[in-house]
Amino acid sequence: MVEKFKKSKIMEKYSIFIVLIFMVVICSLLDKNFLTKNNLTNVARQLAVGTILAYGEMILIISGMLDLSAGSVLALAGVLSVSFYKATGSLIGAFLIAILVAVICNLINAVMITNFKAPPFIATLAMMTVARGAALLYTKGQNILQLGKYVVFGQGDILGIPTPIIFLAVITVIIYYLLRHTALGRSLYAIGGNEEASIASGINVKLVKYKVFIINGILVGIAGVLFMSRVNAGLPNGAVGYEMEGLTAAIVGGTSFSGGIGTTMGTLAGSFIIGSLNNIMNLTGVDSYVQQIVKGAIIALAVIWDIRSKSKKTSKVILVEEKQDKQLNLNLN
Amino acid sequence: MSQEIKLRVSNIEKSFPGVKALDKIDFSVRKGTVHALCGENGAGKSTLMKIINGIYKPDAGQIFIDEKPVKIQNPIQAASYGIAMIAQELNYVPEMSVEENLFLGRLPTNKFGKVDWKKLRRDTIKFLKDEDLPYEPDQKLKTLTVSDIQMLEIIKAISNNASIIVMDEPTSAITQREVEKLFEKIAMLKKKGVSIIYISHKLDEVFQIADDITVFRDGTVVASHPAKDLTMDDVIALMVGRKITNVYPKEECPIGENILEVENLYSKGVFKDIHFHVKKGEIIGFAGLVGAGRTELMRSLFGLDPITSGKIKIHGKEVKIESVHDSIANKMVMLSEDRRRYGIIPVRSVMENASISSLQKFFYGGYWHSKQEKEMVGNYFKKMNVKTPTLETTIQSLSGGNQQKVLLAKWMLLEPDILILDEPTRGIDVGAKFEIYKLMTDMAKQGKSVIMISSELPELIGMCDRIYVMNKGRITGELQRDEFTQEKIMKFAT
Repeated sequence: MVEKFKKSKIMEKYSIFIVLIFMVVICSLLDKNFLTKNNLTNVARQLAVGTILAYGEMILIISGMLDLSAGSVLALAGVLSVSFYKATGSLIGAFLIAILVAVICNLINAVMITNFKAPPFIATLAMMTVARGAALLYTKGQNILQLGKYVVFGQGDILGIPTPIIFLAVITVIIYYLLRHTALGRSLYAIGGNEEASIASGINVKLVKYKVFIINGILVGIAGVLFMSRVNAGLPNGAVGYEMEGLTAAIVGGTSFSGGIGTTMGTLAGSFIIGSLNNIMNLTGVDSYVQQIVKGAIIALAVIWDIRSKSKKTSKVILVEEKQDKQLNLNLN
Repeated sequence: MSQEIKLRVSNIEKSFPGVKALDKIDFSVRKGTVHALCGENGAGKSTLMKIINGIYKPDAGQIFIDEKPVKIQNPIQAASYGIAMIAQELNYVPEMSVEENLFLGRLPTNKFGKVDWKKLRRDTIKFLKDEDLPYEPDQKLKTLTVSDIQMLEIIKAISNNASIIVMDEPTSAITQREVEKLFEKIAMLKKKGVSIIYISHKLDEVFQIADDITVFRDGTVVASHPAKDLTMDDVIALMVGRKITNVYPKEECPIGENILEVENLYSKGVFKDIHFHVKKGEIIGFAGLVGAGRTELMRSLFGLDPITSGKIKIHGKEVKIESVHDSIANKMVMLSEDRRRYGIIPVRSVMENASISSLQKFFYGGYWHSKQEKEMVGNYFKKMNVKTPTLETTIQSLSGGNQQKVLLAKWMLLEPDILILDEPTRGIDVGAKFEIYKLMTDMAKQGKSVIMISSELPELIGMCDRIYVMNKGRITGELQRDEFTQEKIMKFAT
């Protein structure tokens, strides 16, 4: 019984990677350009932004919250960063500005949610609107063009590897480390699993929530730099809807919407699956409106799958309990 | 009391993968009687009740109501046959109000299908008045204690005109006074011809109320007799398969100096003038009725709720406890009453649930010391006899008793000096209860202290050195071990 138990757990754990492999095979069959170095490099560059945002969504969802403002804050941080670079010529300064702006926006999210008890959905929805407005206000609705050396972030490469991929790799390692090797990571799972029990167990839930929003801010800020430098423009209207794609990637990757469950590698795989899907639709010339419908359908499917797999887990649970109790021995004097 | 059989099951079998939960069960309930079901967790009682209530379908066998064969496909069908079930695990929606919960599924509507809130309010007020319940119709369930909610569930089921009522551990969360109220209602129901199946681990209550007793063990019926033909020891022996002595493992322990002193503790609107002390090696009981303020007092002591004024001294030094962290830092921990809400993190593993308060022990030096965590938690689980397939098993798969032991392990990992237990043995079988009592005695033997809130008077009398009694937010009495009687406690509680 324990053996069968372990096998099904392993199946669950790796199923997302099986889907990914499946996806890659199908895509390469649909269009022979899919598996070329050129295409895959492009896909990876594109995926960097989406995956980094997905990590931010993942850590928030694990702890029972979410961030609808990611796309807007990305844009705000990005345009301010680009603008700073054009004014000062400092790449490092511009990079840090992006992070600073995104962190401030996320701290505001955290204050609304922790101190004012606003539901995360509402608080980040408000920030989504405000940040977008701020970005448009700042740029007076215009795009900032000709970024010069700024493009090195998104279009450069180091030893032949595109910089966005290096960013993604480093961030992946950091997020993996955070979730697995820190007390903070463990606390995220606890809070998402049962916040009241976490408080009653001595976890400083308020502080943890602040920290996770700060981390999200750093991620969104970096994504902003990568995004703007990839398109070689400060676009106040850029990255609209990117938070939804981040959420989808996280959920497709096994992060449970009800909190307490999620993995870095799963989210990475989820992001790549969606990225491949976008890519193959582009390569095969699927109409962009049709693409939008497909994306929406994926979100719905991902959430339904998540809920169904959870209810399957619960019925497995009852069976284990029955067996459990039967194994109960009484150790009485 | 008639010989007429109201409900009969014949040759019922039920298996789950790897487990035979019910094996050729024959069981019948006479009309207008209370039929008690006793047995360990996992013996099969809940499974049989779920079959009767239409939640599971039997693999084989027949169910007869009034000697007519019936097929019960789901709880709604069960209800149409007059079967009502009061579950043990209270599933409630904290944001729902009393009136919404009371009339759940049968909200009064006008002819357009719109809810008639005025009628709902009137009906609820009348109902609460008739039943003498002190709640407001628009009170949210989250403001009620576990006791209140259980009482509401019981009364709801009774008022729905069922002819067969299954009560699964109905008195696990309510206090003595309410138990008496419940028994009065049961007597009244019997007169009306209602048949009651009463599942309980509290054998003294079973013998008070039951006409017939059936004992389950390992999925079979080992005995079924009128209550007058059995003694409590007989039933225990049948349940566990051997005789047990010494239900309460109380031992004399050296009592030391004060470890905890509470002076003038006051929380506006909740409790007042609280003075008590606990010495090293003592097990202190807190008795009282629902709403007496015991849980609220301990939650404030533990740092979960704020205090308006007062002093707390630990080891003679005054301390400020403004968060759970402060309490833990002072080596004082608390096992909450409502483990579903404040105890377990359902989707996480038993190991993670046990280590959640001791994270700094396994996350240091820049990485996760997973082997250390497994060993440490594994050792505590072994010591406390936690039954779990693996350390990675999710905690919600465990039985109530084992979940409780995991939560206790969580606190014991911190090596506390003061252990506060709020209704620690609620809804837990004899075996697990005993292990918790043993843990309490071991703590006391080591010179640590235990504070236990309990509504089970025999448990308080069996295990405690001193009992404080609370009523309406104040401590109304203190009894020494040599003066413990149920009557004295009840007198102070009312």
